[in-house]
Amino acid sequence: MSIDTVVVTKIARLASIEVTDAQKEHYVRELSGIMKWIEQLAEINTDNVPQLTSVSETTLPLRKDEITDGHKRDAVLANAPASDYGCFIVPKVIE
Amino acid sequence: MSKLTDLTLSEARDALKAKKISSKELTQAYLGAIESLNPALNAYIKVTPERALAGADAADARIAKGQGGALEGIPFAIKDLFCTKDVQTTAGSHILEGFVPQYESSVTTRLWDAGAVMLGKTNLDEFAMGSSNTTSYFGNVISPWKAKGSDKDLVPGGSSGGSAAAVSARMCLAATGTDTGGSIRQPASFCGIVGIKPTYGRCSRYGIVAFASSLDQAGMFARNVRDAAIAQTVICGHDPKDSTSSPKAVPDFEKALTGNIKGMKIGIPREYRVEGIDPEIAALWDKGITWLKDAGAQIIDVSLPHTKYALPTYYIIAPAEASSNLARYDGVRYGLRVLPDGGGLTDMYRKTRAAGFGDEVKRRILIGTYVLSAGYYDAYYKKAQRVRYLLVQDFKKAFEQVDALLTPTAPSAAFAIGENSDDPVKMYLNDIFTIPTSMAGLPGLSLPAGLSSTGLPLGLQIIGKSFDEETVFRVAGVMEEAAQFKALPQKVAA
Repeated sequence: MSIDTVVVTKIARLASIEVTDAQKEHYVRELSGIMKWIEQLAEINTDNVPQLTSVSETTLPLRKDEITDGHKRDAVLANAPASDYGCFIVPKVIE
Repeated sequence: MSKLTDLTLSEARDALKAKKISSKELTQAYLGAIESLNPALNAYIKVTPERALAGADAADARIAKGQGGALEGIPFAIKDLFCTKDVQTTAGSHILEGFVPQYESSVTTRLWDAGAVMLGKTNLDEFAMGSSNTTSYFGNVISPWKAKGSDKDLVPGGSSGGSAAAVSARMCLAATGTDTGGSIRQPASFCGIVGIKPTYGRCSRYGIVAFASSLDQAGMFARNVRDAAIAQTVICGHDPKDSTSSPKAVPDFEKALTGNIKGMKIGIPREYRVEGIDPEIAALWDKGITWLKDAGAQIIDVSLPHTKYALPTYYIIAPAEASSNLARYDGVRYGLRVLPDGGGLTDMYRKTRAAGFGDEVKRRILIGTYVLSAGYYDAYYKKAQRVRYLLVQDFKKAFEQVDALLTPTAPSAAFAIGENSDDPVKMYLNDIFTIPTSMAGLPGLSLPAGLSSTGLPLGLQIIGKSFDEETVFRVAGVMEEAAQFKALPQKVAA
């Protein structure tokens, strides 16, 4: 499977990163090179191999479902590029 | 009289406790070293002198009262990937420039609770992605080392290049790092210092800017094995804020330094003797084997058959996790916002991320997005998770026969800035010896073992069983004694 400008356009859209046409050409070359190198994994037969889900052999701990934190509105908003009335401000979403 | 900056962490700890020196004078000595060296090395993104001196005064007051923690009054540098309350945390990225966390990471909380003093935040590859510290928005870190007969600026390694350079040039006593694929061990090797990445789960990841969550671990840089053991003990331990942090008790790693490895079995993985291995690296590795034999260890040839697949597997898994983790940088809640006139929300996302992320980060987000996208997920991501299982099994089998493994840390000494940057894959190969350990979540330590023919430090790596950092430190202590590595970089605190 080769990476062309159509694929780069699609993944850039999925990743929400604007890319110029010139950059697309550049990424086609670079990403193709990386993916070609990755293709060597096809050599390994993994038919009956399970997928690793975690390297830690401990079971994830459970805790009581209770409120342990909160009332941090101002801290949460402290780094917002734009905020008002205790909310994040974003461009208009609904026409 | 020797300079204050010549004291090691354990010496400084003892001198502080005995009130032979004060944390204030020690901290001032380091701030002085930073002032004279940082303009050339760019190891720190932000120096926090006021906070450092206030911390030193508080430490001195506690020591005067006969109180104080394990690191009372010891000046540390913090990789700028750890959130520090009220102190800018950038991850080396334009997208987080000016971000001031409202909370403290768990690892740094442990340091401050133990009495450590913060000197500042160190430079790193953007979002910890890189092996040369040349992808930071805040400029390259320059290694304090120079090759014989050359004035070329060298890389300190990456991603924790600022921390490694700062410890090496004695601009701090120790520094935190993070290691996802080698980001502590490889720069430690390049800078001639000790770097430890503990077992996955030893340290809390809470408050560390996430790169690849199944791999990221915090660790320490220090001048010698004892110092690393002391500092690493402090930052380990369970944290309810990170469900992957282990509830296992943390031993005092300093106590593991018994100097005795008689009868211990050390494995030498044959697949690490890769074709075309640098003869200097191979020779150093052989020397390390001799040291271990001389100390009474038994050397055993072992096989890790899937080693060569670790790197391509990593370059599926790490970018996949990164593409997901970095989705949070959208210009809404923190960091950079680029909003064109009359633009909508989608325009804002796309322009913010285009302007805020650097080339390497974008490359990895795009790769990660690709391998996770519909139609490719099975072929790449699932495949990689299966190969990762095989990599873990390789180590499990090897550790049925041995107590620890010895390998080189990096395939070469430090290279010049700009080298290896034409081809991403070439740069990725720097981590060939460190990535398999990361993939298996095992502890790994790099210690300086010798100098190259050009006078640059070379490291050896000790890999341990899961949650057996003690053996790693014990072996490292013995090797350090044998190596007698005393070389200092050309640029070092005067």
